[in-house]
Amino acid sequence: MSDARTEVLARVREALGRGTDAAPAPAVVPRGYRPAGEHAPGSEPVLELLVDRLVDYRAHVHRVAGAEVADVVARLVEEVRTVAAADADDSHRAAARPAPGSVVVPDGLDRAWLAGLSGDDVRADARDEPLTATELDGACAVVTAARVAVAETGTIVLDAEPDQGRRAISLVPDVHVCVVRTDQVVQTVPEAVRLLGEHPGRPQTWISGPSATSDIELDRVEGVHGPRTLHVLLVS
Amino acid sequence: MSTFLGMPDAGAPATVSGVGRPDDPLHWGATFPDAARTALADEQLRRNLGNATSTIRAKRARVVGEVPDWEALRDAGSALKTDVMTRLPELLEELERNVTARGGVVHWARDAAEANRIVAGIVRAKETDEVVKVKSMATQEIGLNEALAEEGVAAVETDLAELIVQLADDMPSHILVPAIHRNRTEIRDIFLERMADAPPDLTDVPRELAMAARAHLRRKFLSAKVAVSGANFAVADTGTLAVVESEGNGRMCLTLPETLVTVMGIEKLVPTFDDLEVFLQLLPRSSTGERMNPYTSLWTGVTPGDGPQEFHLVLLDNGRTKVLADEAGRSALHCIRCSACLNVCPVYERVGGHAYGSVYPGPIGAILTPQLTGEKSDLPYASTLCGACYQVCPVKIDIPSILVELRAREVELSGAAPDTADRVWQAAMKAASYAMADGGRFRRAARLPRALRAIARHGVIRRLPFPGSLWTRSRDLPEPPRQTFHDWWAARERRAGTRQEGER
Repeated sequence: MSDARTEVLARVREALGRGTDAAPAPAVVPRGYRPAGEHAPGSEPVLELLVDRLVDYRAHVHRVAGAEVADVVARLVEEVRTVAAADADDSHRAAARPAPGSVVVPDGLDRAWLAGLSGDDVRADARDEPLTATELDGACAVVTAARVAVAETGTIVLDAEPDQGRRAISLVPDVHVCVVRTDQVVQTVPEAVRLLGEHPGRPQTWISGPSATSDIELDRVEGVHGPRTLHVLLVS
Repeated sequence: MSTFLGMPDAGAPATVSGVGRPDDPLHWGATFPDAARTALADEQLRRNLGNATSTIRAKRARVVGEVPDWEALRDAGSALKTDVMTRLPELLEELERNVTARGGVVHWARDAAEANRIVAGIVRAKETDEVVKVKSMATQEIGLNEALAEEGVAAVETDLAELIVQLADDMPSHILVPAIHRNRTEIRDIFLERMADAPPDLTDVPRELAMAARAHLRRKFLSAKVAVSGANFAVADTGTLAVVESEGNGRMCLTLPETLVTVMGIEKLVPTFDDLEVFLQLLPRSSTGERMNPYTSLWTGVTPGDGPQEFHLVLLDNGRTKVLADEAGRSALHCIRCSACLNVCPVYERVGGHAYGSVYPGPIGAILTPQLTGEKSDLPYASTLCGACYQVCPVKIDIPSILVELRAREVELSGAAPDTADRVWQAAMKAASYAMADGGRFRRAARLPRALRAIARHGVIRRLPFPGSLWTRSRDLPEPPRQTFHDWWAARERRAGTRQEGER
């Protein structure tokens, strides 16, 4: 009896009525769909569309100038801590909410964005010095950059480069603060895929709003296993 | 014992247990007519299904309607899948090369038993007795959880609906929302009875139920050594795998454990990375009716220092090459498991997923299940051939034509339409429509559309008055012919007597 690989491939060839002859040339696929949107990346209509989509997903959007990022990050972290502390007093909710903890950042993040936080509060994570899953679970928030955002679908893509970090860090903490530059916002999915296709081997996470489920009578509940709160800082 | 008055009573003992786990996930339960009759008598089930399918239909119609190039995307998706089937041997080899080059291990499985053995072997080598799982049709199809249980390994479903189904010892009834047949009170009862760490004062508010599941699963995510997933897409030219999900349980499984095993049907390929731009637009809008699902993960082999450091990909045949050999039915393999065809099907809407007796229910299940098993099946008759499934399919699988072809073969095999087929056809018709269940009513109903020619514009009716609006809400209706087939036949017979030429 031949091995499974040989046999499955032989079955496939037989099903197609082919021997081991050369493969047919790739078919010409009709690509009449839009390869790009009508608006330029980072243009005002594209940014407005992105904000509209993100708000629809109940993400929190903050349009800020570059110099304001540190202040807004500090304010959001402070808010998270206050809420977490209040929840910790409520024993019924305590099990589902992390206690006030540190802020996780990828080690390649622009440190200027963290200027409003005390150094003790921040824990850097890197591939060669990773925090454990339990440590991440104890963090109150994570701050990352992004690779690209798609306005039409309200999607932000992270590709695990040093300013975005390992996939786990934007997953386990309950609050994700994501900093997106306006020039990173494209209108359509194909524009983003072409850009990401320059480095297809990088692990990617496409994020469209906070995690959600509609599994119980299709009643949407935001926030299941991933971060229950998503803040997007749109920086011009 | 309390008297059942038709309303769920919070104090009554819960009907927690489901239909049980079958030996054959592609062929279980009562015959379609019997299961359909039971389902039709269950008003709660019909209400749940009706609410769910109509809600998703409306969401889908809204988000598809806002995409100006939707038809061009469908054309591209269909052509890409046809190309994949034509070049499948070479694309599979290309995928294998690229996954291997990036540190992954590729396994091949001829059938369910072989795939289960491969996964069990990997898990055993990791010396763990628990794995976390991402919702996956392929692993349901092969009965992986049951196979692992026999090896002493607990496979924990982490998708909320799959967790509900698993805790209740039940079977999924919908590809996308597997617990669609359960309401919130039933789910609370299932959690209270079967989930050891459920808060005792748990209510039936969906948010509380979801939070109970979050707390229950988080401990498992943080400690699991091995995860098992399926895949929505595999990119041949880069070796990249994609999983599309909502809750974040997928990301947990794909990211935190040291070892990841992905079981994938051999048909899930796309040729190039850029082709994802087509399918990542088609799938979410068709499936959940969202512009994009909350999370999509893409990974290529192993990334040092990020995510699982050991990755196994199991390529599964399990009947797929049988489907591929059938030129008429081959396009069933184009399916991207969006479940849009279930939500628009007038039969599925009434009988639910369990009546199909397969992990693949609804219109796509009615063609895929018999082709995968190669066994005689009456499922091709579980349809009214109304064509709504073809209209919404993001990759344009002509399900009605394949159903007709499969029926013709059944008839050829047995010499005449077998009794069972007739019973199934009747059950489907009964489920779909009171009017269609009777010849006289059907003829009268069939004549009605001629009156609708008055409201057709450019050969298409976009909006019917109620109850027809239920139909046109999600599709256009072609302008009806001047004459029904029944009337044409009757006229032809009359004229045959006077040797007149039939009218066209």
